[in-house]
Amino acid sequence: MSVQLLLDGVNRSFDGFKAINDLSLTVEKGELRAIIGPNGAGKTTMMDIITGKTRPDTGKVLWNQSVDLTRSDEAGTARLGIGRKFQKPTVFETQTVEDNIALSLKEDRSVWATLFYRRSAEDSARIAELLALVKLDHVAGWMAGDLSHGQKQWLEIGMLLAQDPELLLVDEPAAGMTDAETMRTAELLRQIAGKHTVIVVEHDMDFVRALGCRVTVLHQGHVLAEGSLDHVSANEQVIEVYLGR
Amino acid sequence: MLSLIDRRMGIFLAGLFVLTVAVPVGNLALDGQPVPSYIVALLGKYLCYALLAVALDLVWGYCGILSLGHGAFFALGGYAMGMHLMREIGPRGVYANPLLPDFMVFLNWDSLPWYWLGFDMFGFALLMALAVPGLLAFVFGWFAFRSRVTGVYLSIITQAMTYALMLAFFRNEMGFGGYNGLTDFKDVLGFSLQADTTRAGLFVLSALALAAGLLVAKAITSSKLGKVLIAIRDAESRTRFIGYRVEEYKLFVFVVSAMMAGLAGALYVPQVGIINPGEFSPANSIGIVIWVALGGRGTLVGAAMGAIIVGFAQTLFTSWFPELWLFALGGLFVFVTIFLPQGVLGLIESRLGRKPPPAPAPEEASA
Amino acid sequence: MRLLPRLILSIALLLWAPFVLAQSLEELVAALPEGSYDDRAAVIAQIAATGDDRALKVLEVLLAGDLEQLDSNSRIVEIYGQGRDDFARDILTGEDYGEVPSRGSSKVRVNNSLRRDIRTAIGTMTLRHPDPARRLAAAQSAFRSPDPEQAELLAEAAAAEADPEVARALAEALAVVTLAGDGAAEAKIAAISVMRDRGDTEARTVLSSALDNGDPQVAAAAEEAVRHIEQMQRLWGMAQNVWFGLSLGSVLLLAAIGLAITFGVMGVINMAHGELVMLGAYTTFAVQEAIRSSFPALFDWSLLIAAPLAFLVAGGIGVAIERGVVRFLYGRPLETLLATWGISLMLQQLVRSIFGPNNREVGNPSFMSGAFELGQMTVTWNRLWILVFALAVFAVLLFVLKKTPIGLQMRAVTQNRAMAANMGIRTGWVDAMTFGLGAGIAGLAGVALSQIDNVSPNLGQSYIVDSFMVVVFGGAGNIWGTLAGAFSLGIANKFLEPWTGAVLAKILVLVFIILFIQKRPRGLFAVRGRAVDA
Repeated sequence: MSVQLLLDGVNRSFDGFKAINDLSLTVEKGELRAIIGPNGAGKTTMMDIITGKTRPDTGKVLWNQSVDLTRSDEAGTARLGIGRKFQKPTVFETQTVEDNIALSLKEDRSVWATLFYRRSAEDSARIAELLALVKLDHVAGWMAGDLSHGQKQWLEIGMLLAQDPELLLVDEPAAGMTDAETMRTAELLRQIAGKHTVIVVEHDMDFVRALGCRVTVLHQGHVLAEGSLDHVSANEQVIEVYLGR
Repeated sequence: MLSLIDRRMGIFLAGLFVLTVAVPVGNLALDGQPVPSYIVALLGKYLCYALLAVALDLVWGYCGILSLGHGAFFALGGYAMGMHLMREIGPRGVYANPLLPDFMVFLNWDSLPWYWLGFDMFGFALLMALAVPGLLAFVFGWFAFRSRVTGVYLSIITQAMTYALMLAFFRNEMGFGGYNGLTDFKDVLGFSLQADTTRAGLFVLSALALAAGLLVAKAITSSKLGKVLIAIRDAESRTRFIGYRVEEYKLFVFVVSAMMAGLAGALYVPQVGIINPGEFSPANSIGIVIWVALGGRGTLVGAAMGAIIVGFAQTLFTSWFPELWLFALGGLFVFVTIFLPQGVLGLIESRLGRKPPPAPAPEEASA
Repeated sequence: MRLLPRLILSIALLLWAPFVLAQSLEELVAALPEGSYDDRAAVIAQIAATGDDRALKVLEVLLAGDLEQLDSNSRIVEIYGQGRDDFARDILTGEDYGEVPSRGSSKVRVNNSLRRDIRTAIGTMTLRHPDPARRLAAAQSAFRSPDPEQAELLAEAAAAEADPEVARALAEALAVVTLAGDGAAEAKIAAISVMRDRGDTEARTVLSSALDNGDPQVAAAAEEAVRHIEQMQRLWGMAQNVWFGLSLGSVLLLAAIGLAITFGVMGVINMAHGELVMLGAYTTFAVQEAIRSSFPALFDWSLLIAAPLAFLVAGGIGVAIERGVVRFLYGRPLETLLATWGISLMLQQLVRSIFGPNNREVGNPSFMSGAFELGQMTVTWNRLWILVFALAVFAVLLFVLKKTPIGLQMRAVTQNRAMAANMGIRTGWVDAMTFGLGAGIAGLAGVALSQIDNVSPNLGQSYIVDSFMVVVFGGAGNIWGTLAGAFSLGIANKFLEPWTGAVLAKILVLVFIILFIQKRPRGLFAVRGRAVDA
């Protein structure tokens, strides 16, 4: 296995507040990794830095051991193969479910190619396959805005998969889901891992347990502990941070 | 091409076609001239406004860019055509200077400024009527979109852009006729601008340009690129994370729209016979927005209808109750934004039981 | 040195005044036409010695050649023209004798030598006049038309002068005279240093004539002084530009600060803001009309009466706009922009229908009129008061936002509407008050602008783009940013103007802001951090 993503000594502060403090993290190719931490631990900022939304003040962010992600913008990192799912599901509400997937398909993203794009049979098949995978094939013609909250989460995951990314960054996928939906989502993510690298940020401990993967605990923008869920749960510092002093 | 003509586009184009045939026939061929010449000029003017409205709808309705400076692109197109018409006057001006327009002689200039060269050729002027607004939109958009100026901030700086241009064109030193602008045109391509046949011809050209503008805009918005534009309008940052360079798309549609506005301006000037810096005034540009909002943003056809409706209303009001026009226009702004978010077209279509056009989502809160 | 004997004579006569005064001014004047020129010189000296203000008048008229004796009644009169005819009035009593027939009077004759005497006598009288203002005027007139013969007179007067301002003016007049004459190099160098200290354009003109002096030392001193003056003038020119800039900045601040609240604090684009400013100006006009017709004595208080009224009128309309329109459009900033634009059109037409389309005359109360000199720059009182007013409004606003309960509620609603509502704050009421506050301040701005701008229905339109530029440049959501934005844009504008002209300066500033926003989309004093990025 080789290193997919490497963060080394990353710092970022906002108006004197250190959101990320000497953060170092390594994720292997095909790995499923859960990142947990209390509010303000820097989880979202870390995702912003990986996807090029926020530039770190100092530190290295390397993709596939060669590409410097700090020089790339959001579209650039997406084109490299990093997909991101937001905490609050964001889909294109005034377009159909099918178009949402079609827009996300891995295609040439340049203006001219998009202007003169014609959908091939291959693309149609791929869209149908993805719609079936996220169980939205029966509502393919609906406006995405008319979907339920859980369906929007699934649609967003479908859009993520349509990009065929090497790395998926998933922010609190279980938020607002029923228990059954949560478990199904965990199962889906486990399925995806291996073929794709997946980083999940989550609060819900049951969900993290269901993922059954390596866990990184963030606290004040720094890695506090890393290992299996049972291992980090036993860590004194982690208990202190989570349960309070 | 036919696939672009949906029901609402079909009805509108059919109506436009009837008008394009009936108006010149009524003006030129029938006895007693049932369509007086001033009506031809007036309708031609509205068609230019309609094309301008379509241009704005392309960026605002589909991409969420509320430009309060589209009047600037329109005026620049108009000035390009006006410069050609000035050169066509030739030695027939008051000062009978074969090369210099009257206002330059009046300012004691002894040679034509370099940027007036080439405008004696109609083709060059027409090219400039498209290229200059396009270039301004490119430069402005390249700066603005790259640094992610969006929402009301973008609206405010587009307004500042047209305001700065207005101040600039008011200056005599700019060489565009200063406060008075360009006027006293004689003819275009050898046809007298006073002749009914020329006016009818310009009217038909305006109608064709509007139809072409609508179809181009429809082609763009129906393509995958159109879907990306709507995606940007509704969820800009999601679109970025999927891998689309939002600034490139915005720039593309902004430039196309500016060129369309420039074409509208170029057709407008020979029909009204004057272009002056007042066309750059911020109030004019905001006026365009209400046409689009009234007709129904994001519908193209609605925008064109809105321009024609407001144009008619303005003509009627200013001749019957000039005092009341600003109350009516002001009230229209308030009424449409609060009670008619889908515009007239949305209202008609929902009354007729058709599916309303997808409502544009509220802008991402001023971010 | 012909001057000396006469000077001695006049001074002697001055000293002897008590004795000479045996003869009254009337008798002396009556005696003027008689005798030889020498006799007349003696009489003139005696007239000067009376120290009477009327004597000065007599001498001035005599010098001008308008002093004549009427044949009819032998009175000494001043002849003054009215159309083609000559009229006469008594030089001492001012009694008018009406038209004089063309040979009905004879001139009191003077020759060149007498004219010099008269000039000296006038100089002596005015330079030693008991009223310091008269002495100052005399010294300044001697500065403007230097007469080398007055050098000693000036020196004497300067030595005796107690008032510092007059003493300086005398020294300066003396310096000009010295430079114009052919005295010693040391005296000239001293004179140059006096001119150097004066430091204005006139001093430079005087010095530049000394540049080609034969004496290299004098020439060098003059050159150095000219350089010094030019440098001082550059500094004062800069100070004047800063002042103009501050003045423009204060106007921008007034126009923009209400907008900073509605746009910066509430995130609402109020395109009718300029019209609220206009309403404030019309309120001032209406107040002044009422005062003119009913209580003219209160005119100087008109602005103080108009200010609270303008605040209430504009603020009330602001609350009405918020409750009637804006509150239906929260979260849709672009729609708010369009709706408030519609309101601005209606307000413009309303004012046009009521007050007519033309400019309305709003008067300046006495404390706002005129100007004063500060060093080498001129400061008009109305601009100064507007600057003070703008800063006062800013301070009060700051106080309201930071220290009062309503300010606290405003900030709470701005930061987290839902949370504020849960804590029992009536968010609707706070919105209306915030909008009303911004509108009321626009009304106050209108009171100030009525003093320097045309009050017409278009008043607001001319400020709307500028005030948005200020808010955007300063950074929305931060009224300190608005302060900095207003003054820096005002000063930038005024520093560009001498180079480019007013219109181009404005265009350049606009282009600069457009480029600046690309670099810092959230303005000079952006509220940065994750909350905004998210």
